[in-house]
Amino acid sequence: MAPTVTVPTPLPEKFPEGTVVEQEGMDQPTWVVQREVLKDLALELRDGPETQFDLMLDLCGTDYPERDQRFEAVYHLYSLPRGERLRLKVPVTEDVPTLPSLIDVWKACDWFEREAWDMFGLRFDGHPNLRRILTHEAFQGHPLRKDYDPARRWILTEDKIYRPHPQPPEGEDDDDIFERMTINIGPSHPAMHGTFRVVATLDGETIVASEVEIGYLHRCFEKMAETHTWQQVIPYTDRLNYCSSFINNVAYCKTVETMLGIEAPPRAVWARTILSEFSRIMDHCVANGSTLVDAGALTNFWYMFQPREEIYGLLEACSGARLTVSYGRIGGLSADLPPDFEARCRRLLEIIPPFIDDVDGLIAKNRIWLDRSVGVAAISGEEAVNWGWTGPCLRASGVGYDVRKAHPYDLYDTVDWEVPIFHGGDVHDRYRVRMAEIRQSLSIIRQLLDRGMPEGPVIVDDPHIALPSKEACYNQMESMIYHFKLIMDGIQVPPGERYSMVEGANGELGFYIVSDGGGKPYRVKVRPPCFPMMSTFSRLIEGGTVSDAVVSLGGLNVIAGELER
Amino acid sequence: MSHPNEVRPYRYSLSEKLYLPLFQGMWITLRHFVKNLVRRKPEYTIEYPEERRQYSHRFRGHHILTTRPDGSLRCVACFLCATNCPAECIHIEAGEHPDVNIEKYPVVYDIDMLRCVFCGYCVDACPEDAIIMSNNYDMAFFNRAQSIVSKEDLQKPYTVDPSVLGYRPSYPEEDAMRARLREGVVDLVEEARRRHEASPEPPKAAAG
Repeated sequence: MAPTVTVPTPLPEKFPEGTVVEQEGMDQPTWVVQREVLKDLALELRDGPETQFDLMLDLCGTDYPERDQRFEAVYHLYSLPRGERLRLKVPVTEDVPTLPSLIDVWKACDWFEREAWDMFGLRFDGHPNLRRILTHEAFQGHPLRKDYDPARRWILTEDKIYRPHPQPPEGEDDDDIFERMTINIGPSHPAMHGTFRVVATLDGETIVASEVEIGYLHRCFEKMAETHTWQQVIPYTDRLNYCSSFINNVAYCKTVETMLGIEAPPRAVWARTILSEFSRIMDHCVANGSTLVDAGALTNFWYMFQPREEIYGLLEACSGARLTVSYGRIGGLSADLPPDFEARCRRLLEIIPPFIDDVDGLIAKNRIWLDRSVGVAAISGEEAVNWGWTGPCLRASGVGYDVRKAHPYDLYDTVDWEVPIFHGGDVHDRYRVRMAEIRQSLSIIRQLLDRGMPEGPVIVDDPHIALPSKEACYNQMESMIYHFKLIMDGIQVPPGERYSMVEGANGELGFYIVSDGGGKPYRVKVRPPCFPMMSTFSRLIEGGTVSDAVVSLGGLNVIAGELER
Repeated sequence: MSHPNEVRPYRYSLSEKLYLPLFQGMWITLRHFVKNLVRRKPEYTIEYPEERRQYSHRFRGHHILTTRPDGSLRCVACFLCATNCPAECIHIEAGEHPDVNIEKYPVVYDIDMLRCVFCGYCVDACPEDAIIMSNNYDMAFFNRAQSIVSKEDLQKPYTVDPSVLGYRPSYPEEDAMRARLREGVVDLVEEARRRHEASPEPPKAAAG
């Protein structure tokens, strides 16, 4: 896509000369913005008829210790009506690392700003609740700063931690017959898939106020990525959304490949598309299966998990592991497809649909399920966009944004498929979107299989990127040298930065990567699709009952590995 | 703004209001119930540990250090595996080998199995075919000290039985051969059951 967003000329009077400057030579339109005008500019960008940047995808910090203005806050914006992207960079100094909070413009900024504060110490003026989000309350320092030693350890005690006090709206409890009660749901609770903690104030069984605590599964993915070579990051990406780990591999590898200016060979692209779709089916099976379990429909869980089990068999035959596949490599795949790949895929296409049909037969028209899900945790499309939602949950609210359609990658523009859209915005429609997407994915896979497996290698033939074959390595001096160079120094990625995205199983999965030309990434930021969705959770469950909260968490399909990285 | 600012919830049909589709659901569960009742063995259950899922020969399990024909380790302590390990779980101390053609050998070669993420990067990195992976996935320890596996344990009994070998540098002929053996038995559960029925003795657990 050609960059078409240019700095509006003449600049409106409220933006003085030099406060908004376009940065040349980037992968997408990038403006360097002074913090004084950031908020006005953001409003202008959101509401202007020629810009309409309604979706705030990602906000992250970056640290360049050698610059005068050491930190940069990087915003990634997307315009759904116009299908364009824009990156805003706001440089700030170490002494005064403050920016205006954009929470009034995009609600999605809420948790992203807390994360930037936690990781970099950027302060956002006007943020109502600027606390640590991923690290422990007693943690000291800001771990993603370059001068923070990755091996630094803290002893964290419970005495100084923040205790949530969800405040119900004033003046509503006067004539109530129930006494208010505050309870913990989680962090270790079977209904909290993963480890989240929701502190909820109840009025009878109705949640009147709540606060969500996350960070129990924070594993410093981004810091670790900075201390490992480009290729070594791949096993770490497996553990982001572990229900569909192959999609994470693809997203990361594609980003680095575009930075290197290479393309995976056709056979690898074909296999990546098929396996991504299988991973998506798996993820949707988990999401729907566990939602239904939360609603009490246990049988469906077994029916949904059997396809997943079979797909794991396919992934294991390709890569050697079922859950954390590490099958992608920069430039292609780690190993050639097994000779019976096609037969296995065809067999999966046969056995998956009966399970899906059985679940639909049990559930789709079942009034017990409908009563539990219709209208529960409903959110309108406009509000969901403002909160930064993407993926199946957004499509359940009537907004048909799918990266595979809007910005096709791999082979998605060569197959015939549709983006399912529903308009209820509730748990029931999230379920229906996922079921419809499973069928679409099966159709994509079938079309690709019918087209036939492309011949050729599965990884680029470039000794600076891909390891030489073992045979060459044992027998040829030159290959041996390349082998050693690649492992000791890693791939050398040219300096620059890149944001690229794929459609993950629960939304736009983006990687924003900065390279300084070395053998290790300078900065890796994941745009986790469920992070903005989880930040909406308090808003979704307030007014509902506790059991509704449990069902809505399942419906969002929040994966802790990706949420907390 | 072009996005819908209200939700249109699902409207119940008359039959749904009357709970009628519930009977369709009961028919589905009844069908499964009867099917499983007349079947001699449950369709999808693997009765671990008597039965085990058959993994492919690419499975990334417990590591093996391979040996030369004379029984000494192939490893030349070049540290490539330790360098390429994303989890930093391999600890090597090199020593001088009496044979000048070999130069180095590992005095200590430890893998911390609790740190290991079984990504196979060590196998990819090895220029000597000295470390490969087995099909063995059940590793249990009583304490952390046991989880650090030394070079003696890593080379122990695995090399004798090729059927428990897992991920190692790919040899296309072997790939094709194993796929032929697997032809028609894509369903691993089915295959596991067939084996189980053929030999009532529980198969011996993979060593380790």
